[in-house]
Amino acid sequence: MNRTVLDLWVGLFVIAGIGALLFLALKVGSTSTINAADSYEVTADFQNIGGLKPRAPVKSAGVVVGRVADIRFDNEKYEAVVTLRLANRYAFPKDTSAAIMTSGLLGEQYVGLEAGGDSQKLKDQDRIMITQDAVVLENLIGQFLYGKAQEGAAK
Amino acid sequence: MLKQAIENLGNHTIQGVWRIGFACRFFLAVLLHSGTAFRRFGLTIREMYFTGVLSLIIILVSGLFVGMVLGLQGYETLQRYGSESALGTLVALSLVRELGPVLAGLLFASRAGSAITAEIGLMKTTEQLSAMEMMAVDPLARVVAPRFWAGVISMPLLATLFSAMGILGGYLVGVRLIGVDEGTFWSQMQGSVDFTQDILNGVIKSVVFGLAVTTIALFEGYDAPPTAEGVSGATTRTVVTSSLVVLALDFVLTAFMFRGLN
Repeated sequence: MNRTVLDLWVGLFVIAGIGALLFLALKVGSTSTINAADSYEVTADFQNIGGLKPRAPVKSAGVVVGRVADIRFDNEKYEAVVTLRLANRYAFPKDTSAAIMTSGLLGEQYVGLEAGGDSQKLKDQDRIMITQDAVVLENLIGQFLYGKAQEGAAK
Repeated sequence: MLKQAIENLGNHTIQGVWRIGFACRFFLAVLLHSGTAFRRFGLTIREMYFTGVLSLIIILVSGLFVGMVLGLQGYETLQRYGSESALGTLVALSLVRELGPVLAGLLFASRAGSAITAEIGLMKTTEQLSAMEMMAVDPLARVVAPRFWAGVISMPLLATLFSAMGILGGYLVGVRLIGVDEGTFWSQMQGSVDFTQDILNGVIKSVVFGLAVTTIALFEGYDAPPTAEGVSGATTRTVVTSSLVVLALDFVLTAFMFRGLN
């Protein structure tokens, strides 16, 4: 069996195909999917998560430090339990606070972490105590109207 | 008259069920006879040249144009809502999840599938397959299996190339021609396309389409009536059936893969 020109073309074809897959993997897809090996999970309870979805980014100071791994509903506390998967290289103090924020006016929602001052760090399966719910537009308008009405009554 | 019609209907149904059963047995037989296709890999490489390399031009050019159209149309719609920065996401997700595998599958069916059917049908008509059997060479192992594996290997490669070319086309129109910011184009794309959930699922789709199209093409050729008319009818049936199967399978796979993702 000898090498033929045909083999060369097929080889080029296979290499081009694998190259295209690499292009998709590196340039198009996100490499930010954190694998389970070098990451840790913490949970946070929210009374309202708004439109937060699994795989949404977790940011601290605007930098993506992890992803939302899971969202469950706690049927005893009637709260949403959000599991955050954070990269191992980012350690946060124990009294870090989590808030659900929106990027831009209509953008996707993400979890923002703000570091506290504790000397102990968050460990795997820890719970973030201080949380801030998503802003619900209807509540905001309600509060605004209520405030206006009280202003009127005071006059 | 009415009796005739009912008889025809029944006959067609029985023939159809019969053919489906035979096609399943044929598929299993090809899998069982695949040893030769790997032991003598040169045979498979030869077929990969005909099914894969020769389909490259049509795949690459169509991919580029589909991506360019997506760029234009996507921009038109997105800029109404002031979110033209999401153009990269739109182009990449629609190509990687759907258009890449499906359009590559349809093109593959009409470019390579029809050629496979015609070739095998003609081999049967000119009694080359029977001649092989006479020489104790199993045509399933020598002729059919290498073509089968060549198609199954080529199809995902072609689909990935289609998606990559399409994204390049979307980039050319969106960024170079219209002037969407290059940084947001790529970063929004990377932010929303996930490797396992989007890209790998697209690759799995194209492998399934490759299996379906090649099996249909080989079966139609093998089952073709040994006449000129029979071969031409089989070629037509290959393109029609495999296009329909690709679209139907795409719906099923999408329902499995992407339901409940967002």
